[in-house]
Amino acid sequence: MRKYEVPQDVGLAGEMCEVNYALNENGEYELVPSYGWEVKTVTLKQAWEEILQSVEDVLEKVKAGRLSPLAYHMVAHQMDEKLLAKYAGLSRWRVKRHLKPRGFRRLKPGILQRYAWVFELGQEELCHVPSSINFSFFANWK
Amino acid sequence: MDIDFKHRQSAHCESGVISNLLAHHGIHLSEAMAFGIGTGLFFAYVPFIRVNNLPLTTFRSATGDIIRKNAKHLGVRLLRYRFRDPEEAMHALDRKLDQGYPVGCQTGGYWLPYFPEAYRFHFNMHNIVVYGRRGKEYAVSDPIFPQPVTISRKDLRKARFAKGALAPKGRMYFIQSAPREIDTVGAIHMGIRKVSRLMLKSPLPIIGIRGIRFLANRLAHWPRKMGRERALLYLGQVIRMQEEIGTGGGGFRFMYSAFLQEAAQITKKEELSQLSGELTRVGDRWRDFAVLGARNCKGRATRGDTFPAMAEILHECAERERAIYKELLATV
Repeated sequence: MRKYEVPQDVGLAGEMCEVNYALNENGEYELVPSYGWEVKTVTLKQAWEEILQSVEDVLEKVKAGRLSPLAYHMVAHQMDEKLLAKYAGLSRWRVKRHLKPRGFRRLKPGILQRYAWVFELGQEELCHVPSSINFSFFANWK
Repeated sequence: MDIDFKHRQSAHCESGVISNLLAHHGIHLSEAMAFGIGTGLFFAYVPFIRVNNLPLTTFRSATGDIIRKNAKHLGVRLLRYRFRDPEEAMHALDRKLDQGYPVGCQTGGYWLPYFPEAYRFHFNMHNIVVYGRRGKEYAVSDPIFPQPVTISRKDLRKARFAKGALAPKGRMYFIQSAPREIDTVGAIHMGIRKVSRLMLKSPLPIIGIRGIRFLANRLAHWPRKMGRERALLYLGQVIRMQEEIGTGGGGFRFMYSAFLQEAAQITKKEELSQLSGELTRVGDRWRDFAVLGARNCKGRATRGDTFPAMAEILHECAERERAIYKELLATV
Protein backbone atom coordinates (compact mmCIF):
# COMPACT_ATOMS: atom_id res chain seq x y z
CA MET A 1 0.00 0.00 0.00
CA ARG A 2 1.30 3.46 -0.91
CA LYS A 3 0.78 6.55 1.14
CA TYR A 4 -1.67 8.08 -1.31
CA GLU A 5 -3.69 4.86 -1.28
CA VAL A 6 -4.31 4.97 2.48
CA PRO A 7 -8.08 5.28 2.71
CA GLN A 8 -9.62 8.26 4.48
CA ASP A 9 -13.28 7.29 4.65
CA VAL A 10 -14.72 8.59 7.89
CA GLY A 11 -16.59 5.71 9.44
CA LEU A 12 -18.09 4.68 12.74
CA ALA A 13 -15.25 5.94 14.86
CA GLY A 14 -15.95 9.47 13.67
CA GLU A 15 -12.99 11.79 14.01
CA MET A 16 -10.70 9.20 15.52
CA CYS A 17 -7.67 8.26 13.44
CA GLU A 18 -5.84 4.98 13.48
CA VAL A 19 -2.50 4.37 11.83
CA ASN A 20 -1.73 2.35 8.74
CA TYR A 21 1.60 1.25 7.38
CA ALA A 22 2.25 2.54 3.88
CA LEU A 23 5.13 3.32 1.54
CA ASN A 24 6.12 6.95 1.00
CA GLU A 25 7.53 8.48 -2.20
CA ASN A 26 10.97 7.06 -1.49
CA GLY A 27 9.64 3.54 -1.03
CA GLU A 28 10.13 3.65 2.74
CA TYR A 29 7.48 2.54 5.19
CA GLU A 30 5.78 5.22 7.21
CA LEU A 31 3.00 5.38 9.77
CA VAL A 32 0.12 7.12 8.04
CA PRO A 33 -3.01 8.25 9.91
CA SER A 34 -6.28 6.99 8.46
CA TYR A 35 -9.85 7.97 9.29
CA GLY A 36 -11.12 4.60 8.18
CA TRP A 37 -11.90 2.53 5.16
CA GLU A 38 -15.21 1.95 3.41
CA VAL A 39 -14.51 -1.80 3.35
CA LYS A 40 -14.14 -1.88 7.11
CA THR A 41 -17.18 0.27 7.64
CA VAL A 42 -19.28 -2.13 5.58
CA THR A 43 -18.22 -5.19 7.55
CA LEU A 44 -18.43 -3.41 10.89
CA LYS A 45 -21.91 -2.27 10.02
CA GLN A 46 -22.81 -5.81 9.13
CA ALA A 47 -21.73 -6.96 12.59
CA TRP A 48 -23.75 -4.21 14.26
CA GLU A 49 -26.84 -4.96 12.22
CA GLU A 50 -26.71 -8.52 13.54
CA ILE A 51 -26.42 -7.28 17.10
CA LEU A 52 -29.19 -4.71 16.76
CA GLN A 53 -31.48 -7.27 15.16
CA SER A 54 -31.10 -9.60 18.12
CA VAL A 55 -31.63 -6.75 20.57
CA GLU A 56 -34.81 -5.79 18.76
CA ASP A 57 -36.09 -9.37 18.77
CA VAL A 58 -35.52 -9.69 22.48
CA LEU A 59 -37.10 -6.32 23.20
CA GLU A 60 -40.27 -7.47 21.43
CA LYS A 61 -40.34 -10.61 23.53
CA VAL A 62 -39.85 -8.63 26.73
CA LYS A 63 -42.73 -6.36 25.84
CA ALA A 64 -44.88 -9.37 25.06
CA GLY A 65 -44.09 -10.71 28.52
CA ARG A 66 -42.22 -13.75 27.32
CA LEU A 67 -38.80 -12.66 28.59
CA SER A 68 -37.67 -10.60 31.56
CA PRO A 69 -36.03 -7.16 31.33
CA LEU A 70 -32.78 -8.88 32.26
CA ALA A 71 -32.81 -10.61 28.87
CA TYR A 72 -32.94 -7.24 27.19
CA HIS A 73 -30.03 -5.78 29.17
CA MET A 74 -28.05 -8.92 28.50
CA VAL A 75 -28.26 -8.75 24.70
CA ALA A 76 -27.97 -4.96 24.71
CA HIS A 77 -24.57 -5.54 26.31
CA GLN A 78 -23.71 -8.17 23.69
CA MET A 79 -23.76 -10.96 26.23
CA ASP A 80 -25.20 -14.44 26.36
CA GLU A 81 -26.16 -16.44 29.46
CA LYS A 82 -22.72 -17.92 29.70
CA LEU A 83 -20.93 -14.58 29.79
CA LEU A 84 -23.48 -12.94 32.03
CA ALA A 85 -23.23 -15.84 34.47
CA LYS A 86 -19.47 -15.31 34.65
CA TYR A 87 -19.84 -11.59 35.34
CA ALA A 88 -22.58 -12.01 37.90
CA GLY A 89 -20.84 -14.92 39.57
CA LEU A 90 -23.89 -17.13 39.25
CA SER A 91 -24.42 -20.50 37.65
CA ARG A 92 -25.66 -20.60 34.13
CA TRP A 93 -28.94 -22.29 34.89
CA ARG A 94 -29.83 -19.67 37.48
CA VAL A 95 -29.21 -16.90 34.98
CA LYS A 96 -31.35 -18.79 32.51
CA ARG A 97 -34.17 -18.87 35.00
CA HIS A 98 -33.88 -15.14 35.64
CA LEU A 99 -34.35 -14.46 31.94
CA LYS A 100 -37.96 -15.60 32.32
CA PRO A 101 -40.38 -13.04 33.80
CA ARG A 102 -41.41 -15.46 36.55
CA GLY A 103 -37.86 -16.12 37.70
CA PHE A 104 -37.00 -12.45 37.48
CA ARG A 105 -39.94 -11.30 39.61
CA ARG A 106 -38.82 -13.50 42.46
CA LEU A 107 -35.28 -12.14 42.53
CA LYS A 108 -33.91 -11.03 45.88
CA PRO A 109 -32.37 -7.54 46.03
CA GLY A 110 -28.89 -9.02 46.54
CA ILE A 111 -28.93 -10.87 43.23
CA LEU A 112 -30.59 -7.96 41.52
CA GLN A 113 -27.76 -5.79 42.77
CA ARG A 114 -25.21 -8.08 41.14
CA TYR A 115 -26.86 -7.73 37.77
CA ALA A 116 -27.17 -3.99 38.25
CA TRP A 117 -23.44 -3.84 38.93
CA VAL A 118 -22.61 -5.76 35.76
CA PHE A 119 -24.58 -3.39 33.56
CA GLU A 120 -23.81 -0.30 35.63
CA LEU A 121 -27.49 0.44 36.07
CA GLY A 122 -29.64 1.29 39.04
CA GLN A 123 -31.90 -1.49 40.32
CA GLU A 124 -34.88 0.48 39.15
CA GLU A 125 -33.50 0.81 35.61
CA LEU A 126 -32.70 -2.88 35.53
CA CYS A 127 -36.38 -3.69 35.89
CA HIS A 128 -37.37 -1.58 32.92
CA VAL A 129 -36.71 -1.61 29.21
CA PRO A 130 -36.76 1.34 26.83
CA SER A 131 -39.69 1.62 24.46
CA SER A 132 -37.37 1.37 21.48
CA ILE A 133 -33.69 0.67 21.07
CA ASN A 134 -31.42 3.63 20.85
CA PHE A 135 -27.86 3.23 19.68
CA SER A 136 -27.27 6.83 18.71
CA PHE A 137 -23.95 6.31 16.94
CA PHE A 138 -25.60 3.80 14.65
CA ALA A 139 -28.58 5.97 13.84
CA ASN A 140 -26.37 8.88 12.83
CA TRP A 141 -24.35 6.75 10.54
CA LYS A 142 -25.86 5.95 7.20
CA MET B 1 2.04 11.22 40.27
CA ASP B 2 2.73 10.44 36.65
CA ILE B 3 5.78 8.65 35.40
CA ASP B 4 7.53 10.42 32.55
CA PHE B 5 6.34 8.02 29.88
CA LYS B 6 6.42 8.70 26.19
CA HIS B 7 3.21 7.81 24.38
CA ARG B 8 3.52 6.90 20.72
CA GLN B 9 0.52 5.91 18.65
CA SER B 10 0.87 2.56 16.95
CA ALA B 11 -1.17 0.37 14.69
CA HIS B 12 -1.40 -2.62 17.01
CA CYS B 13 -1.85 -2.62 20.76
CA GLU B 14 0.54 -5.37 21.74
CA SER B 15 3.50 -4.36 19.60
CA GLY B 16 2.82 -0.73 20.50
CA VAL B 17 2.78 -1.41 24.23
CA ILE B 18 6.00 -3.39 24.21
CA SER B 19 7.84 -0.94 21.98
CA ASN B 20 6.79 1.96 24.23
CA LEU B 21 7.76 0.04 27.36
CA LEU B 22 11.12 -0.88 25.87
CA ALA B 23 11.73 2.74 24.90
CA HIS B 24 11.10 3.74 28.49
CA HIS B 25 13.93 1.42 29.49
CA GLY B 26 16.32 2.78 26.90
CA ILE B 27 15.77 0.27 24.10
CA HIS B 28 14.53 2.14 21.08
CA LEU B 29 12.75 -0.09 18.61
CA SER B 30 9.96 0.94 16.29
CA GLU B 31 6.62 -0.78 16.59
CA ALA B 32 7.27 -2.72 13.40
CA MET B 33 10.59 -3.97 14.81
CA ALA B 34 8.90 -5.08 18.01
CA PHE B 35 6.28 -6.84 15.91
CA GLY B 36 8.92 -8.68 13.90
CA ILE B 37 11.19 -9.59 16.78
CA GLY B 38 8.15 -10.70 18.73
CA THR B 39 7.13 -13.04 15.87
CA GLY B 40 3.79 -11.31 15.53
CA LEU B 41 2.90 -12.48 12.03
CA PHE B 42 0.73 -15.53 11.83
CA PHE B 43 -2.29 -17.09 10.21
CA ALA B 44 -4.88 -19.52 11.46
CA TYR B 45 -8.41 -20.34 10.46
CA VAL B 46 -10.09 -22.15 13.34
CA PRO B 47 -13.67 -23.06 12.45
CA PHE B 48 -14.35 -24.82 15.74
CA ILE B 49 -13.60 -21.73 17.85
CA ARG B 50 -16.40 -19.21 17.52
CA VAL B 51 -16.37 -15.47 17.97
CA ASN B 52 -19.90 -14.02 17.93
CA ASN B 53 -21.02 -17.38 16.61
CA LEU B 54 -18.69 -17.13 13.62
CA PRO B 55 -15.46 -19.04 13.02
CA LEU B 56 -12.23 -17.52 14.24
CA THR B 57 -9.65 -16.25 11.77
CA THR B 58 -6.48 -14.74 13.12
CA PHE B 59 -3.59 -12.97 11.44
CA ARG B 60 -1.43 -12.59 14.53
CA SER B 61 0.15 -14.84 17.09
CA ALA B 62 -1.54 -15.73 20.37
CA THR B 63 -2.17 -12.87 22.74
CA GLY B 64 0.80 -12.02 24.95
CA ASP B 65 3.21 -13.74 22.59
CA ILE B 66 4.63 -10.58 21.03
CA ILE B 67 5.42 -9.20 24.47
CA ARG B 68 6.94 -12.41 25.77
CA LYS B 69 9.02 -13.13 22.69
CA ASN B 70 10.43 -9.60 22.64
CA ALA B 71 11.59 -10.00 26.20
CA LYS B 72 13.07 -13.38 25.42
CA HIS B 73 14.82 -12.44 22.20
CA LEU B 74 16.22 -9.20 23.58
CA GLY B 75 17.24 -10.57 26.96
CA VAL B 76 14.97 -8.20 28.86
CA ARG B 77 13.70 -9.14 32.29
CA LEU B 78 9.92 -8.96 32.08
CA LEU B 79 7.74 -9.90 35.02
CA ARG B 80 4.16 -10.99 34.45
CA TYR B 81 1.41 -11.53 36.98
CA ARG B 82 -2.14 -12.70 37.15
CA PHE B 83 -4.53 -12.32 40.03
CA ARG B 84 -7.55 -13.95 41.47
CA ASP B 85 -8.75 -11.01 43.50
CA PRO B 86 -9.50 -7.71 41.69
CA GLU B 87 -8.69 -5.56 44.72
CA GLU B 88 -5.35 -7.25 45.12
CA ALA B 89 -4.66 -6.75 41.42
CA MET B 90 -5.31 -3.02 41.72
CA HIS B 91 -3.10 -2.74 44.79
CA ALA B 92 -0.28 -4.53 43.02
CA LEU B 93 -0.65 -2.08 40.13
CA ASP B 94 -0.57 0.90 42.51
CA ARG B 95 2.55 -0.40 44.21
CA LYS B 96 4.42 -0.76 40.93
CA LEU B 97 3.35 2.71 39.81
CA ASP B 98 4.57 4.14 43.12
CA GLN B 99 7.91 2.47 42.51
CA GLY B 100 8.09 4.25 39.18
CA TYR B 101 7.41 1.43 36.74
CA PRO B 102 5.03 1.93 33.83
CA VAL B 103 2.87 -1.20 33.87
CA GLY B 104 1.28 -3.04 30.97
CA CYS B 105 -2.20 -4.42 31.52
CA GLN B 106 -4.35 -6.79 29.51
CA THR B 107 -7.91 -5.53 29.42
CA GLY B 108 -11.32 -6.18 27.93
CA GLY B 109 -12.06 -3.54 25.31
CA TYR B 110 -15.76 -3.51 26.09
CA TRP B 111 -15.21 -1.78 29.42
CA LEU B 112 -12.83 0.95 28.29
CA PRO B 113 -15.01 4.08 28.27
CA TYR B 114 -12.75 6.04 25.93
CA PHE B 115 -13.34 3.54 23.11
CA PRO B 116 -15.68 4.80 20.39
CA GLU B 117 -19.00 3.09 20.91
CA ALA B 118 -18.83 1.38 17.53
CA TYR B 119 -15.72 -0.54 18.59
CA ARG B 120 -16.96 -1.72 21.93
CA PHE B 121 -17.09 -5.47 21.58
CA HIS B 122 -16.18 -8.15 24.07
CA PHE B 123 -12.59 -8.81 23.16
CA ASN B 124 -10.21 -9.45 25.97
CA MET B 125 -6.84 -9.08 24.32
CA HIS B 126 -6.43 -5.34 24.48
CA ASN B 127 -3.13 -4.14 25.96
CA ILE B 128 -2.53 -0.74 27.51
CA VAL B 129 0.17 0.91 29.61
CA VAL B 130 -0.78 2.50 32.92
CA TYR B 131 1.78 5.13 33.85
CA GLY B 132 0.32 7.25 36.59
CA ARG B 133 -2.39 7.74 39.16
CA ARG B 134 -4.08 10.73 40.66
CA GLY B 135 -6.43 9.58 43.36
CA LYS B 136 -8.99 7.45 41.59
CA GLU B 137 -7.93 8.38 38.06
CA TYR B 138 -5.27 6.52 36.13
CA ALA B 139 -3.15 7.87 33.30
CA VAL B 140 -3.20 5.40 30.43
CA SER B 141 -1.20 5.18 27.25
CA ASP B 142 -3.39 3.21 24.88
CA PRO B 143 -1.18 2.76 21.81
CA ILE B 144 -3.97 2.72 19.25
CA PHE B 145 -5.14 6.18 20.33
CA PRO B 146 -3.39 9.39 19.27
CA GLN B 147 -3.22 10.82 22.80
CA PRO B 148 -2.90 9.41 26.30
CA VAL B 149 -6.22 9.01 28.12
CA THR B 150 -7.47 8.73 31.67
CA ILE B 151 -9.64 6.06 33.19
CA SER B 152 -11.33 5.69 36.54
CA ARG B 153 -10.25 3.02 38.98
CA LYS B 154 -13.66 1.37 38.78
CA ASP B 155 -13.53 1.06 34.98
CA LEU B 156 -9.93 -0.11 34.91
CA ARG B 157 -10.70 -2.74 37.50
CA LYS B 158 -13.62 -4.01 35.49
CA ALA B 159 -11.63 -4.04 32.26
CA ARG B 160 -8.79 -5.97 33.89
CA PHE B 161 -11.27 -8.56 35.05
CA ALA B 162 -13.31 -8.89 31.91
CA LYS B 163 -14.77 -12.38 31.56
CA GLY B 164 -15.24 -14.78 28.71
CA ALA B 165 -12.79 -16.13 26.15
CA LEU B 166 -9.14 -15.32 26.93
CA ALA B 167 -10.10 -13.53 30.13
CA PRO B 168 -7.22 -11.31 31.27
CA LYS B 169 -7.58 -12.22 34.96
CA GLY B 170 -5.89 -9.01 35.95
CA ARG B 171 -2.81 -9.75 33.84
CA MET B 172 -0.13 -7.12 34.32
CA TYR B 173 3.52 -6.97 33.35
CA PHE B 174 6.46 -4.63 33.49
CA ILE B 175 10.08 -4.56 32.50
CA GLN B 176 12.17 -4.92 35.60
CA SER B 177 15.56 -4.49 34.00
CA ALA B 178 16.98 -4.27 30.53
CA PRO B 179 20.53 -5.01 29.44
CA ARG B 180 22.62 -2.08 28.32
CA GLU B 181 23.65 -3.77 25.10
CA ILE B 182 21.19 -5.74 23.05
CA ASP B 183 21.83 -8.05 20.15
CA THR B 184 19.34 -6.61 17.67
CA VAL B 185 20.64 -8.60 14.72
CA GLY B 186 20.35 -11.87 16.62
CA ALA B 187 16.84 -10.97 17.77
CA ILE B 188 15.81 -10.14 14.20
CA HIS B 189 17.11 -13.48 12.96
CA MET B 190 15.31 -15.36 15.68
CA GLY B 191 12.09 -13.49 14.96
CA ILE B 192 12.22 -14.15 11.23
CA ARG B 193 13.15 -17.80 11.60
CA LYS B 194 10.31 -18.54 13.99
CA VAL B 195 7.67 -16.88 11.87
CA SER B 196 8.85 -18.50 8.64
CA ARG B 197 9.04 -21.96 10.15
CA LEU B 198 5.62 -21.70 11.67
CA MET B 199 4.05 -20.44 8.49
CA LEU B 200 5.71 -23.09 6.34
CA LYS B 201 5.91 -26.14 8.53
CA SER B 202 2.93 -26.01 10.79
CA PRO B 203 1.96 -29.39 12.15
CA LEU B 204 -1.71 -28.44 11.89
CA PRO B 205 -3.54 -27.89 8.61
CA ILE B 206 -5.34 -24.85 10.00
CA ILE B 207 -2.17 -22.82 10.60
CA GLY B 208 0.18 -20.93 8.33
CA ILE B 209 0.19 -21.37 4.57
CA ARG B 210 -1.87 -24.52 4.93
CA GLY B 211 -4.33 -22.53 6.99
CA ILE B 212 -4.74 -19.91 4.26
CA ARG B 213 -5.38 -22.65 1.71
CA PHE B 214 -7.78 -24.36 4.10
CA LEU B 215 -9.75 -21.13 4.47
CA ALA B 216 -9.72 -20.61 0.69
CA ASN B 217 -11.08 -24.10 0.06
CA ARG B 218 -13.80 -23.73 2.65
CA LEU B 219 -14.74 -20.22 1.59
CA ALA B 220 -15.30 -21.22 -2.00
CA HIS B 221 -18.18 -23.46 -0.88
CA TRP B 222 -19.75 -21.32 1.82
CA PRO B 223 -22.74 -20.07 -0.22
CA ARG B 224 -23.65 -23.57 -1.33
CA LYS B 225 -23.21 -25.04 2.15
CA MET B 226 -24.96 -22.52 4.35
CA GLY B 227 -26.82 -20.18 2.06
CA ARG B 228 -25.75 -16.79 0.87
CA GLU B 229 -26.85 -14.81 3.90
CA ARG B 230 -24.82 -16.80 6.38
CA ALA B 231 -21.89 -17.01 3.97
CA LEU B 232 -21.75 -13.22 3.92
CA LEU B 233 -21.60 -13.11 7.71
CA TYR B 234 -18.70 -15.55 7.64
CA LEU B 235 -16.97 -13.49 4.99
CA GLY B 236 -17.52 -10.24 6.89
CA GLN B 237 -15.89 -11.76 9.94
CA VAL B 238 -12.74 -12.72 8.00
CA ILE B 239 -12.44 -9.20 6.60
CA ARG B 240 -12.99 -7.63 10.00
CA MET B 241 -10.21 -9.71 11.50
CA GLN B 242 -7.95 -8.82 8.61
CA GLU B 243 -8.53 -5.08 8.52
CA GLU B 244 -9.84 -4.13 11.92
CA ILE B 245 -8.04 -1.50 13.93
CA GLY B 246 -4.73 -2.82 15.07
CA THR B 247 -3.49 -4.54 11.94
CA GLY B 248 -1.88 -1.59 10.19
CA GLY B 249 -3.69 -2.85 7.08
CA GLY B 250 -3.65 -6.09 5.11
CA GLY B 251 -3.75 -8.46 8.06
CA PHE B 252 -0.41 -7.22 9.47
CA ARG B 253 1.36 -7.89 6.18
CA PHE B 254 2.32 -4.23 5.76
CA MET B 255 3.60 -3.96 9.29
CA TYR B 256 5.75 -7.02 8.73
CA SER B 257 7.02 -5.54 5.46
CA ALA B 258 8.01 -2.43 7.39
CA PHE B 259 9.88 -4.66 9.81
CA LEU B 260 11.70 -6.44 6.98
CA GLN B 261 12.66 -3.11 5.46
CA GLU B 262 14.16 -1.89 8.73
CA ALA B 263 15.77 -5.26 9.34
CA ALA B 264 17.46 -5.07 5.95
CA GLN B 265 19.20 -1.88 7.02
CA ILE B 266 20.25 -3.18 10.40
CA THR B 267 21.50 -6.56 9.22
CA LYS B 268 22.81 -5.14 5.91
CA LYS B 269 21.01 -7.82 3.94
CA GLU B 270 19.61 -6.42 0.73
CA GLU B 271 17.49 -9.56 0.17
CA LEU B 272 15.28 -8.64 3.12
CA SER B 273 14.45 -5.35 1.47
CA GLN B 274 13.37 -7.13 -1.70
CA LEU B 275 11.27 -9.58 0.26
CA SER B 276 9.68 -6.64 2.04
CA GLY B 277 8.62 -5.32 -1.36
CA GLU B 278 7.16 -8.66 -2.35
CA LEU B 279 5.26 -9.00 0.93
CA THR B 280 3.86 -5.51 0.40
CA ARG B 281 2.44 -6.65 -2.92
CA VAL B 282 0.93 -9.71 -1.24
CA GLY B 283 -0.60 -7.38 1.35
CA ASP B 284 -2.17 -5.47 -1.52
CA ARG B 285 -3.73 -8.71 -2.73
CA TRP B 286 -5.18 -9.31 0.73
CA ARG B 287 -6.68 -5.85 0.45
CA ASP B 288 -8.12 -6.75 -2.96
CA PHE B 289 -9.74 -9.75 -1.35
CA ALA B 290 -11.27 -7.47 1.30
CA VAL B 291 -12.60 -5.10 -1.36
CA LEU B 292 -14.26 -7.93 -3.25
CA GLY B 293 -15.69 -9.30 -0.03
CA ALA B 294 -17.09 -5.94 1.04
CA ARG B 295 -18.77 -5.51 -2.33
CA ASN B 296 -20.53 -8.81 -1.72
CA CYS B 297 -21.55 -7.86 1.81
CA LYS B 298 -22.95 -4.61 0.53
CA GLY B 299 -24.90 -6.30 -2.22
CA ARG B 300 -22.90 -4.54 -4.92
CA ALA B 301 -21.12 -7.57 -6.29
CA THR B 302 -20.45 -7.61 -10.00
CA ARG B 303 -20.35 -10.82 -11.99
CA GLY B 304 -16.70 -11.52 -11.28
CA ASP B 305 -16.97 -11.08 -7.50
CA THR B 306 -17.84 -14.66 -6.67
CA PHE B 307 -16.75 -16.72 -3.69
CA PRO B 308 -14.54 -18.93 -5.88
CA ALA B 309 -12.89 -15.78 -7.24
CA MET B 310 -12.10 -14.67 -3.69
CA ALA B 311 -10.78 -18.12 -2.85
CA GLU B 312 -8.53 -17.80 -5.87
CA ILE B 313 -6.98 -14.61 -4.47
CA LEU B 314 -6.35 -16.34 -1.16
CA HIS B 315 -4.65 -19.24 -2.93
CA GLU B 316 -2.47 -16.74 -4.73
CA CYS B 317 -1.57 -15.06 -1.41
CA ALA B 318 -0.73 -18.44 0.08
CA GLU B 319 1.52 -19.37 -2.83
CA ARG B 320 3.37 -16.08 -2.87
CA GLU B 321 3.78 -15.99 0.89
CA ARG B 322 5.16 -19.52 0.80
CA ALA B 323 7.89 -18.37 -1.56
CA ILE B 324 8.65 -15.40 0.69
CA TYR B 325 9.03 -17.43 3.88
CA LYS B 326 11.24 -19.93 2.06
CA GLU B 327 13.55 -17.17 0.94
CA LEU B 328 13.50 -15.63 4.39
CA LEU B 329 14.66 -18.90 5.90
CA ALA B 330 17.44 -19.12 3.34
CA THR B 331 18.50 -15.53 4.10
CA VAL B 332 18.77 -15.53 7.88
